[in-house]
Amino acid sequence: MTSLFTNLFDGVAYGMLLFVLACGLAVTLGLMNFVNLAHGSFAMAGGYVCAVLVNQHGWPFFAGLPLAFAASALIGVVLERALYRHLYSRSHLDQVLFSVGLVFMSVAAVDYIMGSSRVFIKIPQALEGQIDFFGVGIGRYRLMIIVICGLLTVGLQLVLARTRFGSRLRAAVDDPRAASGLGINVPQVFAFTFAFGCGLAGLGGALSAEILGLDPYFPLKFMIYFLIVVTVGGSSSITGPFLASLLLGIGDVAGKYYVPKMGPFVIYTIMIVILIWRPNGLFGRTAAR
Amino acid sequence: MTAPADVGTHARQHARWHWSEIAFWILALACAFLFPSRYLIMTDIVRLALFALSLDLILGYAGIVSLGHAAFFGVGAYSAGLLALHGVITEPVLALIAAGLVATVLGFVTSFLVIRGADLTRLMVTLGIALLLEALAERFSDITGGTDGLQGIEMAPIVRLFSFDMFGKVGFFYSLAVLFLLFLLARRIVHSPFGLSLRAIRNNPLRAAAIGIPVNRRLIAIYTIAAFYAGIAGALFTQTTQLASLDVFSFERSADLMLVVVIGGTGYLYGGLIGAVVFRMLQEVFSTLTPQYWQFWIGLVLVVIVLLGRQRLHRWVLWGPNLVIRQFDRKAVVAVPESDAS
Repeated sequence: MTSLFTNLFDGVAYGMLLFVLACGLAVTLGLMNFVNLAHGSFAMAGGYVCAVLVNQHGWPFFAGLPLAFAASALIGVVLERALYRHLYSRSHLDQVLFSVGLVFMSVAAVDYIMGSSRVFIKIPQALEGQIDFFGVGIGRYRLMIIVICGLLTVGLQLVLARTRFGSRLRAAVDDPRAASGLGINVPQVFAFTFAFGCGLAGLGGALSAEILGLDPYFPLKFMIYFLIVVTVGGSSSITGPFLASLLLGIGDVAGKYYVPKMGPFVIYTIMIVILIWRPNGLFGRTAAR
Repeated sequence: MTAPADVGTHARQHARWHWSEIAFWILALACAFLFPSRYLIMTDIVRLALFALSLDLILGYAGIVSLGHAAFFGVGAYSAGLLALHGVITEPVLALIAAGLVATVLGFVTSFLVIRGADLTRLMVTLGIALLLEALAERFSDITGGTDGLQGIEMAPIVRLFSFDMFGKVGFFYSLAVLFLLFLLARRIVHSPFGLSLRAIRNNPLRAAAIGIPVNRRLIAIYTIAAFYAGIAGALFTQTTQLASLDVFSFERSADLMLVVVIGGTGYLYGGLIGAVVFRMLQEVFSTLTPQYWQFWIGLVLVVIVLLGRQRLHRWVLWGPNLVIRQFDRKAVVAVPESDAS
C-alpha cells in the first residue's frame, strides 16, 4: 500500500517536471501551430548550463536554476529572431525538417563539447534522501520539484488568464491579423512567449538531470514525451497539457514499476488510442486553426 | 491541340520514357562495372533509394508526412531475418516478397489510424507506431534477439543459382534488380489515373473529394503500397548485411530518410534515388572530416535546405542540366520537381 503512494508521489513529481519541460511547446505547437521537435534541445541546454555552473564553478544549486532559465531563454530568443520566425508560415514538413536538423546539430555539438556520458548535477545535502510521512517514503528532491513546478503552474495560469500580456497572447494566437490591427505587436509577443517557453524548458532540464538523466541524446529520447503532453493535452488552455503530463508521469512510473517488462509500450499504446479517439487531444477544442 | 485533350495528352507525355531516364539507369548499371571495389556502399545506396522511393510515394504524391516510416522497414527487416534464420522460406526472392507482404499487412492496418486527423496527429501516430514496434522488438527479445539483434543469418543462393559472395557483388546486382523492378511498378502507379488522383488529393483534399475521388480509400491504398516498398527495402537490408538489429526502427532512420527525399526533391520518383546517392556521399565526406560528429553536418544541411527553400534550391541545381538539354531539344526539360505538399 505504501509503495502505491510512493509511486503515485513519484509519478506526480515526474508529471510536474514534464509539464514544466513541455509547456513552452504547448504554446509553440499547440497555439502557434509550429511543429518544433527541437524543444528538448533547449531543455538540454539549460541542464548543461546548470551542470557546468554547479559542478565546475562551484555555484550553489539554487543559483544555477535561474541561470539555466536565462541561458535557454536567451538561446531561444536569438534563434526565434534569426531562424524560427521565417518558418511560421511554412508547411509542417518544412518545420519538421528544420527542427529535426536543429536536434541533430545540438546532439552532436553537446557530444563534442561535453562528452557523451551522462552528467549529474550536485544537489545540496538538504535535498537528498527521503522524508517518512505516515510510512510513505517521500523523496525530498521530488517534493521540491512538486513545489517549484506547482508554483510555476499557478503563476502561468494567472499570467495567461489575468494579465494584459496574457490577453494579448491569446488574441495574437486566435487571430494574428485582427490582433495586429488592434495595435498588438504580434511578432514581439510571439518572440517573448517563445523565449519564455524555452526558458522554462531550460529550467526543467536543470531540474530533471537528477530524475530523467542528462546526456546529449536527451532531446531525442524525450521528444515523444513532450509531443504526447501537447497533443494529448490539447491546446485550449494550460490545464489540458498539465493534466496530460500528470497522467503521463503517473502512467509511466506505474508502468515501469508494475509491468517493467512492457517498458514504454503502455504509454505509446495509450497515446495512439487517445489520438485516434480524439484527434484534437483529450481536453482540446475542435480544429485549432 | 484542343483544350479538352490537353490534360490527357499532357499526362501521357509525362508518362512516356524520356531518354534522360534511360541514361540514368544505364549509368546506375555502369557504376557496378566502374567501381568494382565499392559494392558494399553501392548496395547501401540502392537500399536507401528503395526506402526513399517508398516515402516519396506517400509524401510526394499523397502529401502524408510520416515520422515513423522506419516501422515498415524494421518489420520487413525482421521478417526476412526470421524467415531465413528458422529456415521457413530459404529462397531469398520468395522471402523478400513474404517480408514485403508482412509490412503490407501492417501498413494496411495502421493506415486507418494515419488517415484520421490532420498533419500533427499523423506525425504523432506514425512516430508512435515506430516507437511501439521498437519497444515490442526489445520486449520479445527471445524472438528478435533484443539489443544484440538477429545473428547468424545464413542466406541461401538466389533462385538456387547465385550465392551471396563476401564482396557483395551478387548482393548489389540483386538489390539493383529489385529496385529497378519496383521502380517500374511505382512509375506505372504514379502515371496511372490512380496516381493522378493522388496528386489531386495532395493539392486539395476537399476539392478532390468534391470531384468524386474517394480520398480515404486512395490514401489507404497508397499508404499500404508504400509500406510494401519499405518492407522490401528492410528485407533487402537484412539479406545483404545478414543482420537485423533494433536500430532498424530508430527515429534517426526515419529522420534521415526525410532528408534523403528532401535532398532529391519530392514528387517525381527520381528524387529519392538521387537523394540517396547525395546523402551517402555527404555522409561519407562528413564522417571522414569528423568521424563521431557527422550528425551535426547532416543537421546543418537540413536547416540550410529549409531556410533557403526547397524549391529554390532545386531550381538552382536543375539549372545546369536543363541548360545543356535545351541545347539539343527545345522543349524537353529534365524532370522538374512538382510543388511540394503544404
